[in-house]
Amino acid sequence: MSSSNQKRMELVCPAGTPAALRAAADAGADAIYCGFANETNARNFPGLNFSSEELAKGVSYAHARGAKVLVAINTFAQAGQTCVWEKAVDDAAAAGADAVIAADLAVLDHAASRQPDLRLHLSVQAAANTPEAIRFYAETFGVKRVVLPRVVSVPEIAALNREIGVETEVFVFGGLCVMTEGRCSLSSFATGKSPNLTGVCSPPDHVDYKEDQSGRLQARLGGFTIDSFESGHAAGYPTLCKGQFSALGKSGYLFEDPVSLNAFELLEDLSKAGVTALKIEGRQRGKAYIAGVVRAFRQAVDGLESGIDARSAIAALKSFSEGGQQTAGSYKKTWR
Amino acid sequence: MVNSSPIELALGPCLFNWSAEVLLDFYKRIAEEAPIDRVYVGEVVCGKRMPFTDSVWPDVIEILTGAGKKAVLSTLSQPVNKRERQILLNQAEYDMAIEINDMSMVPACNGRQFTVGPFLNVYNETSLGFLAKRGALTWCPPVELSLDAIQKVTALVPEVEVELFAFGRLPLALSSRCYHARAHGLRKDSCQFICERDPDGMDVATLEGRRFLAANGIQTMSDACHFSGLTSGHLNSIGIRRLRLSPHTTDMVQVSKLYRRYLDGLVDAEEFESLLEEQNLPGPLCNAYLSGEAGWKRTAIPA
Amino acid sequence: MSKPSSAFSLPPVVSTLIAPFPKTPMEAVLSAFTKRLVARRPELLRRLGAVVQVPIAIVPDDMPHAFLLSLDETKSNVSICEKDAIADAKAVIRAPFLVLLGLLDGTYDGDALFFTRDLRIEGKTEYVLALRNTLEEAELSPGEFFGLSGRSAGWVNDVSGRLLDKARWFAARSAGKAGSMEPRH
Repeated sequence: MSSSNQKRMELVCPAGTPAALRAAADAGADAIYCGFANETNARNFPGLNFSSEELAKGVSYAHARGAKVLVAINTFAQAGQTCVWEKAVDDAAAAGADAVIAADLAVLDHAASRQPDLRLHLSVQAAANTPEAIRFYAETFGVKRVVLPRVVSVPEIAALNREIGVETEVFVFGGLCVMTEGRCSLSSFATGKSPNLTGVCSPPDHVDYKEDQSGRLQARLGGFTIDSFESGHAAGYPTLCKGQFSALGKSGYLFEDPVSLNAFELLEDLSKAGVTALKIEGRQRGKAYIAGVVRAFRQAVDGLESGIDARSAIAALKSFSEGGQQTAGSYKKTWR
Repeated sequence: MVNSSPIELALGPCLFNWSAEVLLDFYKRIAEEAPIDRVYVGEVVCGKRMPFTDSVWPDVIEILTGAGKKAVLSTLSQPVNKRERQILLNQAEYDMAIEINDMSMVPACNGRQFTVGPFLNVYNETSLGFLAKRGALTWCPPVELSLDAIQKVTALVPEVEVELFAFGRLPLALSSRCYHARAHGLRKDSCQFICERDPDGMDVATLEGRRFLAANGIQTMSDACHFSGLTSGHLNSIGIRRLRLSPHTTDMVQVSKLYRRYLDGLVDAEEFESLLEEQNLPGPLCNAYLSGEAGWKRTAIPA
Repeated sequence: MSKPSSAFSLPPVVSTLIAPFPKTPMEAVLSAFTKRLVARRPELLRRLGAVVQVPIAIVPDDMPHAFLLSLDETKSNVSICEKDAIADAKAVIRAPFLVLLGLLDGTYDGDALFFTRDLRIEGKTEYVLALRNTLEEAELSPGEFFGLSGRSAGWVNDVSGRLLDKARWFAARSAGKAGSMEPRH
């Protein structure tokens, strides 16, 4: 399993709270991404995220342990409110963040012109999946890294890396968008709130769970029944793309099962495809998830060089996955 | 500044897998009978459909132009392979008006004018202003954007004209996976172009049988049929210049005539909505995205 | 509502032993410690946002009573009540007692427990999320909860940690399996 000609891939880990940031740094993250407690980031959930002071402290903690901090300002600025997003960029720079992750032309433009020393990553929410789109962001705003939307297969990532001059980052574990990131309004159609508009998919104030006498759990979003789990069956997030519906006279998971991404088996291929960084999803998750997943993937990435087998550590992560199930998603072309 | 010239009508690109013959007949009738000012042509949703309809577009464009309508080439929203990327680069060179639906096209269209389609994530004045400097002339906002937000943008970027998505099933999401193929037990690579069976999309209901969504290949749409019941005066006050009607199998000539009569003040709002409902619509009417609420709802939009 | 015994459930004998614990002094102790915690960590109230002053019911499956929690800058309160007397609660969290403790001290991930159906929520989901995320940040070790510091906190954390490990091991063994959930097919 030696891959001495490839650079060791960077492990980018999520943090929704300062405690999670510390857990990620302690577990061996190379970089930690987080966001401010407002609509400027795509995990705008109650009780989550950072104030400017918390971010500054988090940066100190991470830097002391050799980890970088990337700040996600990855929603689309609201009309007439772009100053809120611009301030987030300025605050991230002031807190000593190593980079910001942005998707909106307005945010990228502000960062590039007002914070020229701040490294820019293109968020997955920008859905840039062609060399033309990526070059546009790189040449216009000086973007140094692009987080690829989960629509590309490993051979396509390799081909892409041959045509672009910036780093690529790909998701390897956690929640999996079934629709192209940044190009989905399903949540706002049912609830009025969406990732692009308000930084939240399936907002919790529109989610309703009911368990009946038989132990069957019904999940509703905006009043629409989107899933039903029999007693003893594992559940998933209340997202439309992983709900059960009926079409053509049949009922089932029309878009995707309740399932999470696990691309552990593809790490070596991703490395060969020229990927710079591996991203773990889950800023909404607890410290137990952060510590467990980061530690296992630390072992897995190091194992690519050292040959140490991380399989059992990775296998233990299954209970963290939606529906207790995992997939390699679009990285394998057959998923389509 | 309120512009009082009449609100124009546009026919959006056909989002469904209609055959070349159907498309040709459809646009012939639009050219002859519909009070529509501009027509977007071309395949926007799935590159795999392109070979079947490529040959029909030159004729369609000629027929439309001959009838005095402005034809605009609308382009692929999610190019995924070399062939599709090359098509986009070629299209950027065509000597005709163009609508872009993916950021891939921004550099290729540098130095020429273009329409910013509803699939581009333009949510604020700075983003639109940025594209305006690079040639954006017209903007069709993302369908989830409210009238309030649109008004804020138009006030600050008056040089770009605004076209509101105003009729049809809402295009809500794109994916790399084909849901038509999946529902039929197929894969995208061997889809047998099964989406042609549902010329208005495949109905998707909740487990309780409540109508909800529609699948259209890699695209997910609303089951409900979105509409704008805003008067010309109201549209003008927001800065909207044109309404976009998205093609369905219902009689689009009748639909466009109805919109024209309403915009011209010949029928009132109540009559407009009831006449619209008499058309063979793909789903019940909805409009609440316009007021910033859940898109499936139908609500009274305050004037 | 009956719930099949989970790998986390306390053995019935333990539940029976807990049942006769005196209610009023326990309420007073829990309320006092919660008040002191909130006073010590005011930033947690900011994180709680809309959940301040909202009653939330915490219902351990394997214990005879429910807890009603209300957090506030000055008058935080924990009351112990019958399981059918939680109608005032805006949200209800149900799980085996050891799971609830594990959520409190960050041993378990809330979403994972939800996926495996060990944790169930009713009512206002946004309040549950805000509370859960605030607890994550609070890093509530038993020592922290009781307002201890330094060596005494370390000692309490050590002892309770070992006890909890034992209890979890014992619960899992008496449930007769390592995991409580089969993946859905």
